Amino acid sequence: MTMINTKTILAVLALALGLAAPAMAQDHSAPHIEKESWSFAGIFGTYDRNQLQRGFQVYREVCSSCHSARLLSFRNLTEEGGPAFSEEQVKALAAEYEVADPTSATGTRKAVAADHWPSPFATEQDARDANGGALPPDFSVLAKARGITDAFPWWITNYFTGYSEGGPDYIHALLNGYHEEVPENAPQSGGKPFVLPEGKYYNDYFPGHAIGMAPPLSDEQITYEVAEGETAVPLTLEQYSHDVASFMMWVAEPGLVSRKETGFKVLLFLFVFAGLMYVTKRRIWAGIEH
Amino acid sequence: MSEHSSYLPGNAAEKWLDERLPVVRFAKEHLMDFPTPKNLNYFWTFGAILVMCLGVQIVTGIILAMHYTPNVGLAFDSVEHIRRDVNGGRIIQAVHSVGASMFFAALYIHIFRGLFFGSYKAPREILWILGVLIFVLTMATAFMGYVLPWGQMSFWGATVITNIFSAIPLVGDSLLQLLRGGFAVGNPTLNRFFSLHYLLPFVIAAVVVLHIWALHVPGNNNPTGVDVKSSRDTVPFHPYYTMKDLYGMVLFMIPFAWFVFFAPDILGHPDNYIQANSQVTPAHIVPEWYLLPFYTILRAIDFNVLFINSQLGGVIAMGLAIVALLVVPWLDTSKVRSGMFRPMFKWFYALFVLDFIALAYLGAQAAEQPYTTLAKVCTAYYFLHFFVILPVLSRIETPKPLPTSISESVLGKAHA
Repeated sequence: MTMINTKTILAVLALALGLAAPAMAQDHSAPHIEKESWSFAGIFGTYDRNQLQRGFQVYREVCSSCHSARLLSFRNLTEEGGPAFSEEQVKALAAEYEVADPTSATGTRKAVAADHWPSPFATEQDARDANGGALPPDFSVLAKARGITDAFPWWITNYFTGYSEGGPDYIHALLNGYHEEVPENAPQSGGKPFVLPEGKYYNDYFPGHAIGMAPPLSDEQITYEVAEGETAVPLTLEQYSHDVASFMMWVAEPGLVSRKETGFKVLLFLFVFAGLMYVTKRRIWAGIEH
Repeated sequence: MSEHSSYLPGNAAEKWLDERLPVVRFAKEHLMDFPTPKNLNYFWTFGAILVMCLGVQIVTGIILAMHYTPNVGLAFDSVEHIRRDVNGGRIIQAVHSVGASMFFAALYIHIFRGLFFGSYKAPREILWILGVLIFVLTMATAFMGYVLPWGQMSFWGATVITNIFSAIPLVGDSLLQLLRGGFAVGNPTLNRFFSLHYLLPFVIAAVVVLHIWALHVPGNNNPTGVDVKSSRDTVPFHPYYTMKDLYGMVLFMIPFAWFVFFAPDILGHPDNYIQANSQVTPAHIVPEWYLLPFYTILRAIDFNVLFINSQLGGVIAMGLAIVALLVVPWLDTSKVRSGMFRPMFKWFYALFVLDFIALAYLGAQAAEQPYTTLAKVCTAYYFLHFFVILPVLSRIETPKPLPTSISESVLGKAHA
């Protein structure tokens, strides 16, 4: 009897939590986005250090000219579970950047590891002026501020798989979703063909399809260094977009690996503890008809 | 309840204390000896689980408040600072935000347990009403807590929900400005919500004390709904129910930990990782899942009734949805408490649970067909259940024969 009751409660719990699912509002106009394979997905997922280093290179050489990452410090780049550059590498990297410092004679100084990543524009208005009125979003938590929608009822499974990679999936799709010209299947409004405003680009996955960002990445745009004894990764848009989306996820969630590691210990403890509690409870109730 | 007490001060010091402030006697009577029906199932552990949830929220919340900054320019980054730079902050913050969802999951199970087993019926009406009060206070607290990270959903949720109050005739506008501390949601709103979010949990704790007090006068209801007849029907709370409740709490921590460590953001909305911006309205403004059933009822009234416009109508409907819970002891007049012995009620209860889940689902959908019509149907059924079905069932239903006592029911089950 007790076990049946426990099962009932677990079922009800699952149902109650299923209620949470609709919190992800479904946008019917949103095109379907494929779920990619990520090293950090699932309960055993961890970041791939080499991939984060490549993604950082993409961010630094391409994205960072428009996109800030104000919550990222140089020192974060040395963290275990992240790109894990050496301290020397990061010190040397920081020294390449100038940051504002009112106490210095010139008003600026060389960055140190403790500094935040310098923003490409001083103000939001400067950023808009340089980008045709559009504001390039900050990268600090961007990978968690985007998501994809699953059709009913499939999102329910996400609660059991712990799916948390909607952001990288969206970013990957966006970077691969550009068209040089407005495609024929573009949505029409009132029978009139899709009109792309001046200075905008057509993207399958951007809400409304007209995005201010020009296609930022293309094949062979960035050269990855190949370490001795390692095989070279392909220099393709597909590869770049995976790498930079992974890097963005790390920027948004730098503690992911240690969080999951702790989670295993906590859950293992809870399962063992629950088992002991169950046995104790049975022992205490043994003499009572209930 | 001194008749249950077997407390004898063990030494002179205890005796001295007992004559001045009998706290030890009180604890012995109410936390240890308290006679509790021996047939409670695991749904009855959710009371203890909820006390744990409140405790977890208060402890983690106090720590978060040490590092959080309630200012529109700093709030968003200060929450990220907690996640990134504060020792253990990532886990404490996740426990607090996931904890809100777990609190409501337990709260809904606790409420629906009461609805099925007739725990609101005499002599437990006050106990039930205090529970509904706790539910409303918890919703208010959770809503204000969700505003504090100052993301897009925080800001727009606050705008939409505070706007509800403007529908109230005469005082609506003044009330709205009082809530917001201005004409729009801004820094004063964030400051007063932070202050109230810190205050309300202690008010909830006080009402919980009353709730438990009101429980300890008639004692627990039980799955048969039959009153305790003799001491053979009960066991002392300790060690029987302290142990069972602790086991229930540990089981409850398993899904809790799953979300905290493996999917801390899955119960929230990605838009709340975008800093609040009064110039950009999100495509869909969706409250947290636990407010959705009531949000659907609010939105379902999109038509004017006589002199009542749709906005006021929605507010009235939402208020009435809570009032229905408050007065349910007088709507369901069946003498039989437990749904186990009510063949018709059982089915209508199941239908009502489905209706409530549907209301939650519809609250997250865009205001378009077929959702708007479904929302109206489900809202109508919610009220139909309370104001028509329950009173009618009480009259026409023939309940199954009740066991004469808890012991008899327990023995019958054991031999079956």
